[in-house]
Amino acid sequence: MTATLDQPVPVRTKTITRAHLVDAVPEAFRKLHPRHQLRNPVMFVVWAGSSLVTVCTVTDPSVFTISVTLWLWFTVLFANLAEAVAEGRGKAQADSLRKTKKDAVARLVNGDVVAGTELKIGDLVVVGAGEVIPGDGDVVEGIATVDESAITGESAPVIRESGGDRSAVTGGTTVLSDRIVVRITTRPGESFVDRMIALVEGAERQKTPNEIALTILLSTLTIIFLLAVVALQPFAIYSGGEQSVVVLTALLVCLIPTTIGALLSAIGIAGMDRLVQRNVLATSGKAVEAAGDIDTLLLDKTGTITWGNRRATEFIPVGPTSHEKLVAAARLASLADETPEGRSILELAGGRPATDHEKTGEFVPFTAQTRMSGIDLDGRSIRKGAASAFELTETARGVVDEISAQGGTPLVVAQDGEVLGVIRLSDVVKPGMKERFAELRAMGIRTVMVTGDNPLTARAIAEEAGVDDFLAEAKPEDKMALIRKEQEGGRLVAMTGDGTNDAPALAQSDVGVAMNTGTSAAKEAGNMVDLDSDPTKLIEIVEIGKQLLITRGALTTFSVANDLAKYFAILPAMFAAIYPALDRLNIMHLATPRSAILSAVIFNAVVIVALIPLALKGVRYRPSSASALLRRNLLIYGLGGIVTPFAGIWLIDQLVRLVPGIG
Amino acid sequence: MSPLVAGLVQAGILVAALAVVYRPLGDHMARVFEHKSHSKLEKAIYRFARIDPDAEQKWSTYAYGVLGFSLVGIVFLYVIQRLQALLPFGFDRGNVGPAMAFNTAISFVTNTNWQSYVPEAVMGHTVQMIGLTVQNFVSAAVGLAVAVALIRGFVRHQTDRLGNFWVDLTRGTIRILLPIAFVFAVVLIALGVTMSLKSGVDVDGQTIANAPVASQEAIKELGTNGGGVLNANSAHPFENPGEWTNLVEIFLILVIPVSLTRTFGRLVGQHRQGYVLLSVMATIWTAMLAVIWGAEASGLRPLEGKELRFGIAGSAIFADATTGTSTGAVNSLHDSYTGLGGGGALLNMLFGEMTPGGVGTGIYSILVMAVIAMFLAGLMVGRTPEYLGKKLGRKEVTAAAVSILAMPAVLLVGAGITAILPSTRGALNNPGAHGLSEILYAYASASNNNGSAFGGITATSDWFQSSLGLCMLFGRFVPIIAVLALAGSLAAQKKVPVTAGTLPTTGPLFASLLTGSIVLVAALTFVPALALGPIAEALQ
Repeated sequence: MTATLDQPVPVRTKTITRAHLVDAVPEAFRKLHPRHQLRNPVMFVVWAGSSLVTVCTVTDPSVFTISVTLWLWFTVLFANLAEAVAEGRGKAQADSLRKTKKDAVARLVNGDVVAGTELKIGDLVVVGAGEVIPGDGDVVEGIATVDESAITGESAPVIRESGGDRSAVTGGTTVLSDRIVVRITTRPGESFVDRMIALVEGAERQKTPNEIALTILLSTLTIIFLLAVVALQPFAIYSGGEQSVVVLTALLVCLIPTTIGALLSAIGIAGMDRLVQRNVLATSGKAVEAAGDIDTLLLDKTGTITWGNRRATEFIPVGPTSHEKLVAAARLASLADETPEGRSILELAGGRPATDHEKTGEFVPFTAQTRMSGIDLDGRSIRKGAASAFELTETARGVVDEISAQGGTPLVVAQDGEVLGVIRLSDVVKPGMKERFAELRAMGIRTVMVTGDNPLTARAIAEEAGVDDFLAEAKPEDKMALIRKEQEGGRLVAMTGDGTNDAPALAQSDVGVAMNTGTSAAKEAGNMVDLDSDPTKLIEIVEIGKQLLITRGALTTFSVANDLAKYFAILPAMFAAIYPALDRLNIMHLATPRSAILSAVIFNAVVIVALIPLALKGVRYRPSSASALLRRNLLIYGLGGIVTPFAGIWLIDQLVRLVPGIG
Repeated sequence: MSPLVAGLVQAGILVAALAVVYRPLGDHMARVFEHKSHSKLEKAIYRFARIDPDAEQKWSTYAYGVLGFSLVGIVFLYVIQRLQALLPFGFDRGNVGPAMAFNTAISFVTNTNWQSYVPEAVMGHTVQMIGLTVQNFVSAAVGLAVAVALIRGFVRHQTDRLGNFWVDLTRGTIRILLPIAFVFAVVLIALGVTMSLKSGVDVDGQTIANAPVASQEAIKELGTNGGGVLNANSAHPFENPGEWTNLVEIFLILVIPVSLTRTFGRLVGQHRQGYVLLSVMATIWTAMLAVIWGAEASGLRPLEGKELRFGIAGSAIFADATTGTSTGAVNSLHDSYTGLGGGGALLNMLFGEMTPGGVGTGIYSILVMAVIAMFLAGLMVGRTPEYLGKKLGRKEVTAAAVSILAMPAVLLVGAGITAILPSTRGALNNPGAHGLSEILYAYASASNNNGSAFGGITATSDWFQSSLGLCMLFGRFVPIIAVLALAGSLAAQKKVPVTAGTLPTTGPLFASLLTGSIVLVAALTFVPALALGPIAEALQ
């Protein structure tokens, strides 16, 4: 199998493709079943209202009542469509994931061969080159390269080995070379891939805490409007202008928050989907919401904030070697070295590229056996590599030890076996980190760098990176204590981790993102797994969590703000016949009462479709202070929500008034 | 001085007087409820009632206290009205009928003080003094207690204790309401309000009804009650003889609800949290004053239904104060106001009595609205919503929603049924849009526990007595239970620390958000009904 096949996470540029829509339409009709509608109180009222109006229309049909009835049903269908489109995007991913669940056969250590579906926790399975790993587990023996593209979409193979922090393997991935023994850690049907499928399909989707609270608020608004409309009939009768059921239902549907009600579940599904697109799997939607609330972010220094010791910062000659000679040798040894270390050495040595003569030399690549690389040129063999690969003089040993003690990494340079000197590799902060931390600060999130370095080194890096605080010489239990302390103060803490000793802290933190390269223990303990094993992704996860809430809040505001214009459209249409003065409220100059009511109903339905892309993509989130965010969103969705329907209803009325029997 | 300038001077004096007492009274009230020790009088009361004043209560126990105390109050008021003929100072006014006694008992216990009776013809001094006036004090103290319990919900953390209802009730009555009411009863007497145990005075051979007016008048306004001992209420020269008493009474109406924002700020440890609520209350109150005053000043018959000694300004300020605070006392006939002016008074009640609202009820109602507003705002900034360091989740939103839902629900159901009852036409003075305004006003007044009468409606039929009674009952106690439940779930939470990501609730942004929420909720709920009443009237 090639690495590019079966990629479950295609890069999508469009929010909705034509295929999504076509697939979603029949699903939208299937969702008309009352059992489905009951899950959403707002849309259930629309559904019930549409049914009621249908009965009225059958008994007393007219162009007006038929049009209103149709558009009320469209309102329900559009809501279903939004949900179906959101689910459809997940289904495509689930399907490609399912393909990875081949009927793997498991070879147990004792020689028995069983079906992958019959494995028990603790079984030891042998997997050779070209074979599919039959279940999730930890490598207990051997080392192998594994193709994980089926899960991660990343085509480059990864190394999995027993012991250490790279022991976890996932069922459905393929061993490319060598042979490993895996201890199975999950039951069939509960594996990582199974969970992932359930997640992207939304089958296990439960409403998140904030979603439940919002649903309660929306239901309350619906009840208030239901009362207001029901009570309006007696007032109308008193005033001598009894209204038809069709008109009252139209008013009700226009007033209750259908826009947010229709899009609410699509927003939730799309939020999870956005995480999956970034190769992050969350065990629950609750964790995603919690990510938006994070107050403190614990970040490991190495790999997250810094590249590790990968930049040459100093040449230290040893013995009689001159500085120039060391620099020249170091340059030659690094000419063909494409690693960041190699390039940084060239840079420090002056940056001259290889001459034609130098290119005639024979480059010696780095191997795990020799642990050095270099060049054979003009009969000289120049090498650079790990200190342990060379025989060191006492002076050289001293330099090497000193660099190590200061938190750097020494790289020894030798010519024909004679040590010339040492290159100091220092830790460097990844580019752009300072800006990201500033963003986080603007969002109200405090960053704490966790490192095993001594406090002095830690402080220097912390200042350079712009984190708010650091924890130096940190042991796993220190990390745990820090999380507890933060949580006692009421703060929510997020962290990333990969090792088994990270597991307790991952479990304790409110949002624990385990690296996919990590151990099973770490992956079990966290509530998210990052398939790319990129610790900086935590920042994106926080943004996705916030975006999810913002989208809900913004569309709720928009939905409620819309009502103002609808009052101006519908109330004069209903009552200008009794009180002609009320026609002064018809500021949109809608043609007739029928066209006014129908236009409002159509606007109400169409706005759902118009906002599906926004619901799926999420409201744009730019890190800034809470006040700035609120001001911006109130302006766009509050004020915009007031103005838009005036324009929309007026425009629709221009068309609707042309329909005979309406205008 | 032109009437406009005179009116502005009155408003200026009012604002200045409120500003002077704002801090001392607000701080005093905070201390009253924070204080650890009990006075001798209080200890005697607790011993007599067998209350352990240091035993704090859970929200449910606190709510049982409120409900039990109120139920006893209703039953007692009902019984003494029904047995009035046996009581002294009855002046042969006889027993009160069952429907009227039911309505009146609920009315005074719920701090509504809607009066379907003519006081000087129906109630004797005994029922007035040991029944109605007592409720004038304790119903206001109940409001204070519930407000304090909610504030404690925000202040405390990880506890299920909200304080002791009996202690809060006793302290509110003895340390806040009684002393202020006493002082101002004396002030009112000095300014010409009458005080007599006789049933009337003879003037030129004509008997004019009289009563212990001043003592009732002070607490009537101070406790945002509004039920007068004379039918004409604060339009009567014995209750409100002139401009100065008028100003004093308006001051008394506003003083506690306004100062409670200071109490709130002090208790939550940040005065600005209180000031911002005050600014919201003041903004809406002032805007409504402008509407009512402007509408009346430009009406066809500006002085119709108003006392000449108060004029348009004195009447408009009083009307705005009484409808904005759930007081319900009147010094002019709101029924005679213009469509817009009367509609303004009606809308003032429909805001849910939080601008500034009744004693205690105003601050807890606006806090409930702040919870709803902050819930939406919190979502819009991408964090689980919080207010004053407490997360607003399922429980909190449910409690706030129930509290907000109660008033429109009972109002619309009550007014809706009334509008189509055949008997209604006979009870209305006016047909058409104005008639509907009268119905809406009555049910808004009852459901909001205001008690203000638009007039123009004869609300003595069994239907009105019982339906308005039920509106008052549900309009009062459903929100109270919900508010206490809210307090309980807030107090149980941890305190969320303030970080750079916290949405500040002290600035103009929050103030506009809250103002917008109050106006929008009322407008969206009631515009359809108002369209057929005051709006139709005003546009004609």
